[in-house]
Amino acid sequence: MDLAQAKEALDTLWVVVTACLVFFMNAGFALLETGLCQAKNAVNILAKNFIVFAVSSIAFWAVGFGLMFGDGTPLVGLQGFFLGGADNSPAMADAYQGVFTSLNWTGVPLAAKFFFQLVFAGTAATIVSGAVAERIKFLSFILFSFFLVAFIYPLGGHWAWGGGFLGTLGFKDFAGSTVVHSIGGWAALMGVVILGPRLGKYGKDGKVNPIPGHNMGFATLGTLILWLGWFGFNPGSTMAADVNLISTVALNTNMAAAAGCLAATAVAWSVLGKPDLSMILNGTLAGLVAITAGCNAVSTLSSIIIGTLAGVLVVFAVLFFDKVRLDDPVGALSVHLVNGVFGTLAVGLFATEGGLFTGGGIALTLTQLKGIAAVGAFTATASAVVWYALKVTIGIRVSPEEEREGLDTGEHGMEAYPGFTTHAPAFKMSSSEA
Amino acid sequence: MKKVEAIVRPHVMEAVKAALQEVGVVGMTVTEVKGFGRQKGHTETYRGSEYKVEFLPKVKIEVALADDLADKAVEAILKTAATGKFGDGKVFVSALSEVVRIRTGERGEAAL
Repeated sequence: MDLAQAKEALDTLWVVVTACLVFFMNAGFALLETGLCQAKNAVNILAKNFIVFAVSSIAFWAVGFGLMFGDGTPLVGLQGFFLGGADNSPAMADAYQGVFTSLNWTGVPLAAKFFFQLVFAGTAATIVSGAVAERIKFLSFILFSFFLVAFIYPLGGHWAWGGGFLGTLGFKDFAGSTVVHSIGGWAALMGVVILGPRLGKYGKDGKVNPIPGHNMGFATLGTLILWLGWFGFNPGSTMAADVNLISTVALNTNMAAAAGCLAATAVAWSVLGKPDLSMILNGTLAGLVAITAGCNAVSTLSSIIIGTLAGVLVVFAVLFFDKVRLDDPVGALSVHLVNGVFGTLAVGLFATEGGLFTGGGIALTLTQLKGIAAVGAFTATASAVVWYALKVTIGIRVSPEEEREGLDTGEHGMEAYPGFTTHAPAFKMSSSEA
Repeated sequence: MKKVEAIVRPHVMEAVKAALQEVGVVGMTVTEVKGFGRQKGHTETYRGSEYKVEFLPKVKIEVALADDLADKAVEAILKTAATGKFGDGKVFVSALSEVVRIRTGERGEAAL
């Protein structure tokens, strides 16, 4: 093996292993969302978070990856569907010949590039499931997820990462505060708006009725898994075993998470009276989302500042969405949409090169705002169209009776915690067997 | 025969059990319940919204006894379950018309 082959091996190992870490974030989302929702809906939430990755796999392989990274126009990729088309990866730069020119900067095989990008697409899709939980129809969620990963996500992604106009403008989103988190967030927001709040969530005169989650152990473990997965999400986005960069990115990622955690805890404690664990968890994730865009471009101190601001933002965002009666059972909008936008903006403010606060002027900030606006406008509109189309055809919301009894029995004909503490329901053993 | 049902604070359950055994009770059934009487609930918050929790965790102890044991049992419960604060609970004594031991089919006092 020569040095070039060794580099290829290290880079590929890095990309595939970090992709596996990001894949496992689906477990994090599944546990977090299930824990923050009621027991009678656990099967449904687990099922959504599980199946969405399978749906994403097919959608992205067939259509999405080509639209996102295939050669085409500044607006959309037009080649590489079903992973077809010429490609001589891992050849790089000028040596690369193929239809995925936008990915010729990384020296790993095509399958590794695809797999890595797939797990990111899957993350965007699973973000939606938390916001629409406890009243969405299972089939409608599956169908929406397919359209999101096949068409909506790839377009925004193409603009930023796939050779599209935002990348050309100098828009910076290293690991996807906009591409993954805000796209998932906008899609979730439109779902929340068109779906409506859970029955009994809001009362007259602006009263907000809490619907506490049923398992804070799940929620906490889920968040830890997400935190761990982010060490794949951010450092992996180098798509190379770049010794200094992956180390710095991992460090910045963690410091933002820690800062977000503590800031949210402090804000919740002072504003709400007690350190609500769900806010501690949301704060950590907010910090992680916010640093995702700039983890390669800001100092560690800036990462801490960004995380702190994110932790403050997320608490007030949770209160805000309830105030305007947008019911989000898990805080997905506050974590992913609000801090996806903020994190993208933060690059313009804090980048060591070109940041507003580091003497780089306002240009980058303006470019970031353009990207935020373009992706936001498109994603919100496209998502609204799909949600609405589903609503008027097959419907997106379960019946009130089903919502009351729980989606586990209504959508799946089963319960997450069936029967009695010690044995299954309808269990019969004759006394002669005993 | 009498049935004695006591609703008590969860943390006194072990002490009540021991006191009942001391006066001659051999068996009992315990259920986790929630309830309230004059004890005020408390307020909890979740993601910025407050809610009142009025149903408080208690434990229900049920014992089937011979008539002459019932008074001693009630005394034992009162001695061990009381803290003097609202929420100590209540004891209900009712007449039991029949008791049957499932294993042997014995009925009445023999089944106690």
